[in-house]
Amino acid sequence: MKITEAIIHKHGINPEEYKKIINLIGKEPNLLELGIFSAMWSEHCSYKSSKKYLKTLPTKNKKVIQGPGENAGVVDIDDNDALVFKIESHNHPSYIEPYQGAATGVGGILRDVFTMGARPIATLNSIHFGSHKHSKTKNLLNGVVSGIGGYGNCIGIPTVGGEVKFDSSYNENILVNAMAVGLVKKNKIFYSKAKGIDQPVIYVGSKTGRDGIHGASMASAEFDENTEDKKPTVQVGDPFTEKLLLEACLELMKDDSIISIQDMGAAGLTSSSVEMASKGNLGIEIDLDKIPCREEKMTPYEMMLSESQERMLLILNSEKIENGKKIFNKWGLDFSVIGKTTNTKNLVLNFNGKNVANLPLSSLSNEAPVYDRKWKKNSNSKKVNIPKDFKSLKILESLKRILMSPNNSEKSWVWEQYDHTVMGDTVQKPGGDSGVIRIHGKNKGVAITVDSSAHYCLADPVTGGKQVVCESWRNLISVGSKPIAITNCLNFGNPEKEEIMGQFVETVDGISQACKYLDFPVVSGNVSFYNETKNKAISPTPTIGGVGLIKNLDSMMTRNLKETESHIFVIGKTLGHLFQSEFFREVLKFKDGPPPEINLFNEKNNGLLINKLIVEKLVNSVHDISSGGILVTLCEMCISGKIGAKIKVPQNNLGIHKYLFGEDQSRYIIEVSKKNKNEVSKILEENNIYYDIIGKTQNDRISLENEFDVKLSELEKLNTFWFRNYFKYN
Amino acid sequence: MKSSVIVFPGSNCDRDIAVALEKFQIKNQMIWHNETNLPKSDLVVLPGGFSYGDYLRTGCIASKSPIINDVIRHANKGGLVLGICNGFQILIETGLLPGVLLRNKNLKFISKNVFLKVINTDNQFCFNYKKKNIIELHIAHNEGNYFADINTLQKLEDNNLIALKYCDEKGNINTDSNPNGSSNNIAGLLNREKNILGIMPHPERLIDPLLSGIDGSIMFESLLKSK
Repeated sequence: MKITEAIIHKHGINPEEYKKIINLIGKEPNLLELGIFSAMWSEHCSYKSSKKYLKTLPTKNKKVIQGPGENAGVVDIDDNDALVFKIESHNHPSYIEPYQGAATGVGGILRDVFTMGARPIATLNSIHFGSHKHSKTKNLLNGVVSGIGGYGNCIGIPTVGGEVKFDSSYNENILVNAMAVGLVKKNKIFYSKAKGIDQPVIYVGSKTGRDGIHGASMASAEFDENTEDKKPTVQVGDPFTEKLLLEACLELMKDDSIISIQDMGAAGLTSSSVEMASKGNLGIEIDLDKIPCREEKMTPYEMMLSESQERMLLILNSEKIENGKKIFNKWGLDFSVIGKTTNTKNLVLNFNGKNVANLPLSSLSNEAPVYDRKWKKNSNSKKVNIPKDFKSLKILESLKRILMSPNNSEKSWVWEQYDHTVMGDTVQKPGGDSGVIRIHGKNKGVAITVDSSAHYCLADPVTGGKQVVCESWRNLISVGSKPIAITNCLNFGNPEKEEIMGQFVETVDGISQACKYLDFPVVSGNVSFYNETKNKAISPTPTIGGVGLIKNLDSMMTRNLKETESHIFVIGKTLGHLFQSEFFREVLKFKDGPPPEINLFNEKNNGLLINKLIVEKLVNSVHDISSGGILVTLCEMCISGKIGAKIKVPQNNLGIHKYLFGEDQSRYIIEVSKKNKNEVSKILEENNIYYDIIGKTQNDRISLENEFDVKLSELEKLNTFWFRNYFKYN
Repeated sequence: MKSSVIVFPGSNCDRDIAVALEKFQIKNQMIWHNETNLPKSDLVVLPGGFSYGDYLRTGCIASKSPIINDVIRHANKGGLVLGICNGFQILIETGLLPGVLLRNKNLKFISKNVFLKVINTDNQFCFNYKKKNIIELHIAHNEGNYFADINTLQKLEDNNLIALKYCDEKGNINTDSNPNGSSNNIAGLLNREKNILGIMPHPERLIDPLLSGIDGSIMFESLLKSK
């Protein structure tokens, strides 16, 4: 078959790249070879636009065992325990086919974690949809939530947290980011680097079908009016097989049979074989006749580019083959020796006794293009006037509007569709500041959260990037954990556009600054570009997955108020920043202006002090102040604790709206018992931490002096109304 | 007391129930579904999960597993059998308990704490609920909507074979307190001899104050007392 320009274009390879391919391999590629390049050089696999900037992120400290570059990151959580975690996007497929797209997103990220020898202990997700009024949103939301649940529930890993957001920038490009966390013994971590020549290469798991062919390339391009036609590039998940694969792999990992292991994710057999061999600086030879196929007459091209799910590639100690076969047979899974490692440093594929591809591995990995794309600054310095009449708005009415809005509504409609208590170690369920999972059999736990704040990033990517890292840190602090590290999923539009590339570069800069200051390294992640349809890009959306350690679960903290007659403290200085606040966006529909500034010094100081107060058991409840400001944060504490509050705005020159709805950063609300009031105040003063005492807890009413006095149940009803009403007819 | 937990491909609450049994000093072993001989056990547990991926029908393929013959033999001899969630579905597919479990009325998976009234405490599983018969347990299922014809339901009621019913905090049994559409709010059933119990809620998930409740513990304490 002649490789025409049209074929090259269809493979997402531009003319310069094609020239480079010929240079690297010294010949014209055949169709199979072109397909392999297309996958390996896709944005999704090669990170060609992002590599330069990802290198600037801090990735190391004394807790980091494995940073970016492996299937997932690994951090030390003491006592020979380590956490393995990563977040990944499955945006494009989920828009095309929401159930399967979301389901296989969960399946893929779980494989990344158990590939490293860890038993997954939790999943989380961050999902973004278009405006709730957009015609597709209801169906997409329903499909994505069912898909996430369908996969996670079946495999039996609790889904313990997440976020659901709506914004018209996602109308034609939804985001589905899934995070998984696993637990492993520090001395039993498995890696993907191949070692040794003539070692058997083994394919295990499901059979290969024709689903997901070119998924990686699809995810590296914009959508257009023919998006529906891309349905066949979406993979179909089978969580049952994944459960079997998980158990079989963990059983085989009990001894030292496995030399290296890699899951077949994006670009399936191609990327897994290339990555393993090139990391080990070896060659690999595969006999494609040995690939277990689900369908008849599959071609080498289809086999190499299929993204059928629930498959792994292993390199085993040759004398352990029989043992491996026995284990996989027990679990009813395929186990096929398909090739061997070689010293050629080439990828060699044979089929029907003929050589069908022969490529130097370096041409696929190290030599893949890296771009230094042009970008322009987005920082929004233009002066925006504050809307005039906001002071005439009634506080209670505004509060109600915010509590009823889709973005601020209580989301149990979503997370009650996810099994969040299976495995018997879920200490904090979804709905709090972080999910908390007990380390099985021990009295310590891990806190996990996922966060994003795209509208801050759109308004100012540097500040937004900093903010989202701080938000993650704060959520981990609020449950009594010491933050350890993050994983990030960077969702952007088309990087070939200067403005989008600028959003990316500046967001990464913000993330990097915050991570460095807080000693909160990035240990894994994923970049998703081309979230764009017909020239309209999503808002820049970095999603941060953070983990923290609670050394002793006796000092875990929750956000629900615990008792009446205790004091309500606001920690951190309130400056009344209303631009980009929920008050402006939801109530006034005013979306201009800069996001609140981040002061990293205060962030760290305030956070560490909250941690100290929690560990010394001086506080009853803690909730970080985020979306909606003080008043919304307090309402959430009241509603979850079924305890009311009586507050008044302290003397200040901000005015009541700015004080109650401002979204200044690095703040928390804490509940302090009468008996601890003096001691807490003293500690705060000694440490130069700014605080206000705004009132006391009381029975079932929330009241604000001179403004309102309302039954808690009324606010709760409003807060839980939206989701149930939206799906009333479903 | 000795127990055996049967592990099917796709079981995912097998570890959870084993942890609970051991916590209450019940000596447990895990039995792979392909075994044909059940070791000597006082109690057999069919755990929750998605045996065979729920393909064909929940619990259907598992009910044909080799070990099931011995489980039925054990039950017919009066041995205790507890089926939780998918285990309840399997018990129904084996014919050891009547009726069917349909998809939840709202066609969604439901994972949440619910209130239950222990209707029959005169059996070895629920004996200790005499002192506290409105309890809170967690449900996590897609097919928990119990259905049986009117005659069967009448027999179950008349013979007091309904172990648990969904209710509200105060013990009211009505449509509002029925999470999944089950006939008569049924959440758990006994066989006529009361040595087999099938339940949708997961007692093994509420055995620790840290895990939002301890009402599940009472069932394990009852079992322990039964021997």
